[in-house]
Amino acid sequence: MNILETLSKLATESGFAGFFAAGGWKNLIMIALACVLLYLGIGKKFEPLLLVGIAFGVLLTNIPGANLYHMGMWDAYVYECAYDPVNDYALYNTAQERAYDEMEMNYYIVARASGHTTEQIEDYFEQQAGADVTNDFLALYATCDQNAANELAGKLKGELSFTDIIHLGGLLDILYIGVKAGVYPCLIFIGVGAMTDFGPLIARPSSMLMGAAAQLGVFFAFFGACLLGFAGNVAASIGIIGGADGPTAIYLTTKLAPAFLGPIAIAAYSYMALIPMIQKPLMRALTTEKERKVKMEQARAVSKVEKIIFPIAVATFVILLIPSTAPLIGCLMFGNLLKETGVTERLSDTAQNALMNIVTLFLGISVGATTVAARFLSLQTLMIVVLGVIAFMFSTIGGLLMGKIMYKVSGGKINPLIGSAGVSAVPMAARVSQDVGREANPNNFLLMHAMGPNVAGVIGSAIAAGFLLAVFG
Amino acid sequence: MNTLALTAAKMGLGEAGINAVLGYVVVFFGLVLLMCVVILLGKALAGTNKKAAAKTAAPAASAAPAAPAAPSSVASPPAPGSAGEVKLFDVPDKEAAMIMAIVADRMGKPLNELRFKSIKEVK
Repeated sequence: MNILETLSKLATESGFAGFFAAGGWKNLIMIALACVLLYLGIGKKFEPLLLVGIAFGVLLTNIPGANLYHMGMWDAYVYECAYDPVNDYALYNTAQERAYDEMEMNYYIVARASGHTTEQIEDYFEQQAGADVTNDFLALYATCDQNAANELAGKLKGELSFTDIIHLGGLLDILYIGVKAGVYPCLIFIGVGAMTDFGPLIARPSSMLMGAAAQLGVFFAFFGACLLGFAGNVAASIGIIGGADGPTAIYLTTKLAPAFLGPIAIAAYSYMALIPMIQKPLMRALTTEKERKVKMEQARAVSKVEKIIFPIAVATFVILLIPSTAPLIGCLMFGNLLKETGVTERLSDTAQNALMNIVTLFLGISVGATTVAARFLSLQTLMIVVLGVIAFMFSTIGGLLMGKIMYKVSGGKINPLIGSAGVSAVPMAARVSQDVGREANPNNFLLMHAMGPNVAGVIGSAIAAGFLLAVFG
Repeated sequence: MNTLALTAAKMGLGEAGINAVLGYVVVFFGLVLLMCVVILLGKALAGTNKKAAAKTAAPAASAAPAAPAAPSSVASPPAPGSAGEVKLFDVPDKEAAMIMAIVADRMGKPLNELRFKSIKEVK
């Protein structure tokens, strides 16, 4: 091999060549998007702990030739069909919504050996509409490069397991197993539970009503997504963005619509960072000056015993009511129990810090890796982004309306601003209630009062996710 | 596979509407029931605490019948700046806020995890 050949080989195999291949420009757009997300995370401090990881995942997965994440492999895993590791392609008949039958698989092999692209093969199967492809296979077989066909046939994999993914996959595929198996979101919930003080909620249990009302956006966006033509399972995953709870959104989407994990996770975390901008105008518009000025009475003191019994009672009760909430509620309450017992300080500290940091790191980068250009840049992503903001807005409205009802019922003792904190996003949403309350009355301290609906929202969004999982799972 | 199908069958709008309303109702139902559980739990524990307090108060009262009442904390009424549970005695609220912040900082605990009962200037 002479120098020119070597250089030519290096040039064609480099990632740069990938930008000039078919659809390569999409990777460039995604890399630019990753830089924007990195700027938002680092420069604007929008949920930096997760957004920086997600953005870097977006960057890595869209560098041609990096092979850190294989979209086709995960499609094959989800749809339980054969996998072509050479072309990272799941042998799934999209038009017929089923795995390739034997003859379709044969056709795929000879078509690839004849130089057909996967898009051409997909178009062909769409035109065939499930009809027999034997004749076309035989015609192609006669003319194709049979050595290449035999080689490809030998490399095809049957249904994949996590073990196959570890053998075949890149680094981010291996990290993504934690997302796919639903491990990371639940571990994060242990950390969230260990960091959450449910005292304000125990002191004022009526806060639960605001936490429930603030799930309005989940179901409104779900309906909106169905209206726009999304299937129920995808609509459910889009709707849960309104729960303003990242791990719950990731958990539910992984179970119901894994192909949409990237856009849904990015929308959920971006909007959580934008909560002040989304919520404040709605809070000012839906409440009067008089309502915003309401100073709330200090809630009663909560005993240690109550705080210990609370997570045990909630876990038992909610899981009995909706068993599909078990992973999320179970982990949330376990983490909280570690915090409240007073005898497991080391475990609580680990859950709040080391565990939370490690899992956040893996979760961010592996979720970002799912944003492969070929799938992310679509009209559906745009619709998800729009539906996500609608979900957040309606969740805020739901919480505020319940706040107003409670203001009337309590004879003006409850400030309706704390209702908007019923969307989870702990503690950002509670801080927004505090800020808007102080704008109206500088001596008003709503933060602790808003923490009640805020943590009720975490339980509420987990119940909403459990319901959607039970219906569409 | 460039674009996956939207997966599964698309849902009719009527069915979607029913599911949306039902889901919202289920969330409310779950949290309202949970609210009842927490209220009952609080009441049960409050009852137990009162009984325990009554039991401990009775022997203490008989053991020290002539104990003098704390002079200053009972005598002086809370200052107008007192907020919530914290009783301020001869301490401006700005200084009280500073003291609470310093205590939280020294203890390495967030302020909202500490409970201040009263702050009094020692003369």
